[in-house]
Amino acid sequence: MSETRYSKDHEYVRVEGGEGVVGISDYAQQQLGDVVFAETPPIGKALKKGDPAAVVESVKAASDVFAPVSGEVIAVNSEVESTPGLINEDAFGRGWLFRIKLADPGELKDLMDEPAYADFLKTLA
Amino acid sequence: MRYLPLDASEREAMLARVGVPDIEALFADIPADKRIQGLLDMPLAKSEMAVERAMTAIANRSVAAGSEPFFLGSGAYRRHIPATVDHLIQRSEFLTSYTPYQPEIAQGTLQVLFEFQTQVAALTGMEVANASMYDGSTACGEAMLMAHRLTRRNRSVISGGLHPQYVDVCATLAHMAGDRIVRLAPDLRASEDIAAAINDETSCVIVQSPDFFGNPRDLTPIAEAAHARGALLIAVFTDPVALGLLRSPGEMNADIAVGEGQGLGNALNFGGPYVGLFATRAKNVRQMPGRLAGETVDAEGRRSFVLTLSTREQHIRREKATSNICTNSGLCALAFSIHLTLLGAVGLERLAKVNHANAVQLAARLSAIPTVEVINAHFFNEFVMRTPLPADELIEALAARGVIGGLPVSRLLPGAGLDACIIVASTETNTDDDREAYAQALADCLR
Amino acid sequence: MNVRGRPTRPETDAAPTAETFTGNRGLNMEEALIFESGRFDATGVDIDEPTPFQSKLGPHARQSAVELPGLTEPEAIRHYVRLSRNNYSIDAGLYPLGSCTMKHNPRLNEKMARLPGFADVHPLQPVSTAQGALELIEALSDALLTMTGMNAVAMSPKAGAHGELCGMMAIKAAIEARGQGETRRVVLVPDSAHGTNPATAALIGYSVRSIPAGENGIVSVEAVRSALATDVAAIMLTNPNTCGLFEREIVDIADAVHEAGAFFYCDGANFNAIVGRTRPGDLGVDAMHINLHKTFSTPHGGGGPGAGPVALSSRLAPYAPVPFVKREGGALRLVEHAEGRESFGRMCAFHGQMGMFVRALSFILSHGADGLKQASEDAVLSANYIRASLNEVMSAPFGERACMHEALFDDRWLKDTGLTTLDFAKAMIDEGYHPMTVYFPLIVHGAMLIEPTESESKASLDLFIMTLRDLALAAKGGERERFRAAPIHAPRRRLDETRAARQPVLRWTRPKPI
Repeated sequence: MSETRYSKDHEYVRVEGGEGVVGISDYAQQQLGDVVFAETPPIGKALKKGDPAAVVESVKAASDVFAPVSGEVIAVNSEVESTPGLINEDAFGRGWLFRIKLADPGELKDLMDEPAYADFLKTLA
Repeated sequence: MRYLPLDASEREAMLARVGVPDIEALFADIPADKRIQGLLDMPLAKSEMAVERAMTAIANRSVAAGSEPFFLGSGAYRRHIPATVDHLIQRSEFLTSYTPYQPEIAQGTLQVLFEFQTQVAALTGMEVANASMYDGSTACGEAMLMAHRLTRRNRSVISGGLHPQYVDVCATLAHMAGDRIVRLAPDLRASEDIAAAINDETSCVIVQSPDFFGNPRDLTPIAEAAHARGALLIAVFTDPVALGLLRSPGEMNADIAVGEGQGLGNALNFGGPYVGLFATRAKNVRQMPGRLAGETVDAEGRRSFVLTLSTREQHIRREKATSNICTNSGLCALAFSIHLTLLGAVGLERLAKVNHANAVQLAARLSAIPTVEVINAHFFNEFVMRTPLPADELIEALAARGVIGGLPVSRLLPGAGLDACIIVASTETNTDDDREAYAQALADCLR
Repeated sequence: MNVRGRPTRPETDAAPTAETFTGNRGLNMEEALIFESGRFDATGVDIDEPTPFQSKLGPHARQSAVELPGLTEPEAIRHYVRLSRNNYSIDAGLYPLGSCTMKHNPRLNEKMARLPGFADVHPLQPVSTAQGALELIEALSDALLTMTGMNAVAMSPKAGAHGELCGMMAIKAAIEARGQGETRRVVLVPDSAHGTNPATAALIGYSVRSIPAGENGIVSVEAVRSALATDVAAIMLTNPNTCGLFEREIVDIADAVHEAGAFFYCDGANFNAIVGRTRPGDLGVDAMHINLHKTFSTPHGGGGPGAGPVALSSRLAPYAPVPFVKREGGALRLVEHAEGRESFGRMCAFHGQMGMFVRALSFILSHGADGLKQASEDAVLSANYIRASLNEVMSAPFGERACMHEALFDDRWLKDTGLTTLDFAKAMIDEGYHPMTVYFPLIVHGAMLIEPTESESKASLDLFIMTLRDLALAAKGGERERFRAAPIHAPRRRLDETRAARQPVLRWTRPKPI
């Protein structure tokens, strides 16, 4: 059973058991334009919520991806390093960035669920 | 005024469109008490003729290198530059164009940069080069910072054969950034033990070849020693023509190659503008500072060139940029590239041979004079000469006799105990008469 | 999350226009790479083989040849001339790049720079043989000091960004001399600043604290006061700022900064607007770099070289880097070592961009006090003329407010057209204009920053204005395809920049044999 939450910075975390898959939302990839480079965090890195965790670059912009929750990085998506366009094509699926072992599941309640995020996006238009 | 096209009636019409009574209204935001009353305290406008007269008078108070036997190098080299080079760089479309931000109307500049990058990579034996830095010394400093980023360490080891002003540039940058440097003592005979200075905290070793004293060096064992400790080798050169005859940094396993490109295509210009060459291995490209031109296609599928990997740079990354550099040395890079295109590998090798031959001949001629000693066992086009006289006085005495004899080492390395040493350079521009004049003047001074 | 991305590859593939055999389109010519047209065993320079001699290279000789092609002179000239013709240039047309000051590059400057007494002098010649060169540097320094009203000028920085680094290093040295190096580690930078400002601060170990611009486009002294604290080393302000406005509160800001024990760095990129009108030193500036390639007409050369001398206040003068020129007795001396001074060190080898000094001095002598004042007036007048003429068809973030030497527009007026600032810019190319600066400053959405400079005739300005009006009306009139497809007349259509970044090809490589 998985649950997806979103931060105000347009990161998502898809929670499965005590682990979360983190990436940037479809809205974010649209705003960035064609992604040309993605840098994932080292495996084993301990992240606190809000720490800069990864970098996603398009031709004209570079964006820090912040950890939406605290935890330890247990896997990274190497596919996205060789084919950064995956982030544009399928930000939620094959364009995932890293997997994190949640340190504090309580942090999830401070993030938006899907309907709340959809409403949030409307306010940005 | 010849550069200002607007006339009085046009200005009036423009003010009317803007809707202000006079030009003062457009400067109203300047605090009243900070406005300059009247004009700046300097002379009024001058005609072309008057400017030419004034500036020529100033220029005439320097001795032009080409007017006398000239044997000075030490980081800048007097070359014969084919007439084609200066002619081409004065074409409007090269001289008065800007950074190629709109690639559709800048393919000229972009293709030149792509060719330049390829030439620099080939020359240095590396995989990729950037579109140039300001000069060799700042390229060296930037290479040091790049090594820090790649290794996540901040201790640099600097050879005693690196040009002293390059060392100072690195030291200034290191101090400001809170990094550490280890400066080895001035190394006259290329005999220092660099490997001993490398430890597990070393990010890079910076070695020049041919070095400041003219000695070519085998960097391969230094590369090995550095790599064994997880450090990088930065190879530096100050005359690109040397690479026409000597092993390249890439062949000797350097990680980053930087150098001064002035020696091809660019006049001495009392120190600037020059052109910094910067090359590295492909895997390091994202940490390389400076502009990069890359190949792509346009909407019609035609091959095109464009500035790329810009997210490393200041205009996007801002405080996280690899460097703060904004300009490259565009026109100087173009001049370098045109000269090297005219030479080709064949011409470059021949040019290097003539440089070396002239230096060999000069060294033989000078060391034949009693009390004159040439220190170097090996050299390319520069060597150290030692005499019983203080070098700075000897150089002045030679200058008084109409010969520019070289660099007194003490000028750049005061207090290093090398006060009797002169670094003498010889390029293809020196003739038999030049050499004879030097020998005569030197013998005269030593009497 | 960064929202500045925009399309970086052509949205549709254009139908190729009828091909010619050569691929050329009349005078619009294709040109191969030297690696494709040159021969790897050819040379275009006649060099005699030296008579046989005993090599002194030892074991260091290269074993394999460099792989570089050569072209004979006729081939080389054709190659570079054909390439050059694919470039836009100031000599060919109005170049409205905001904050770049693309003014005319006088040819007298080129002639003066090539005088042997300037061009053929080695930086390390005995100083007694280089007095003219030192005199030139002194003359330019004096002129810059007169214009800035400051105390000393560091001539060695090689470009504007290098000058910023120099000024900030002087500030850091001054702070360390006071023993506050550990506590003052923050630099205040407005969010409208050019990217080099925060990059420079970060390079020397400072962290950046952002100051928002006010609704009126300028920085308020209150905003500065709230950001000032005992951890602040300096503020970096551009004046006039990147929105083309004079920072009205600059004197109060300078006072507040100095009271807080910090320094005031001024980015002098827009100095062209105020030369002869006010002196940065009088406004409280401690360090300001001057872009000789902007305000003083040295040529842009396709991206460089520049020159960025830095004027310093009396507070910072003692920390100026080496080298500098000093008059002693009747002669000029070059101080190349710190020699017990408080100099913070050295920025680069040798003495600075002499070639650009000559050109800048030639420009200054030509204009004189009266010409310089007229130049800044014409620059400001021309920018306002453009602003006032386009205000009705385009939208300006600060309304009807007068600007200085550059006029700023945003993209609100394109709102219902389905077109972007980028589309508009590309359509300008088809009209024969280089686009203005776009998407900078970052604080304005879809920014368009136009700086005509004083070199444009009224006829040129009027044609530019009419063209932009025509384009703006076309955009609003729904002529979408024209903009989306632009440029169609330039040597290239829109480029696939995505591909260039995803699959970087940064050099020619010999194709592998099939």
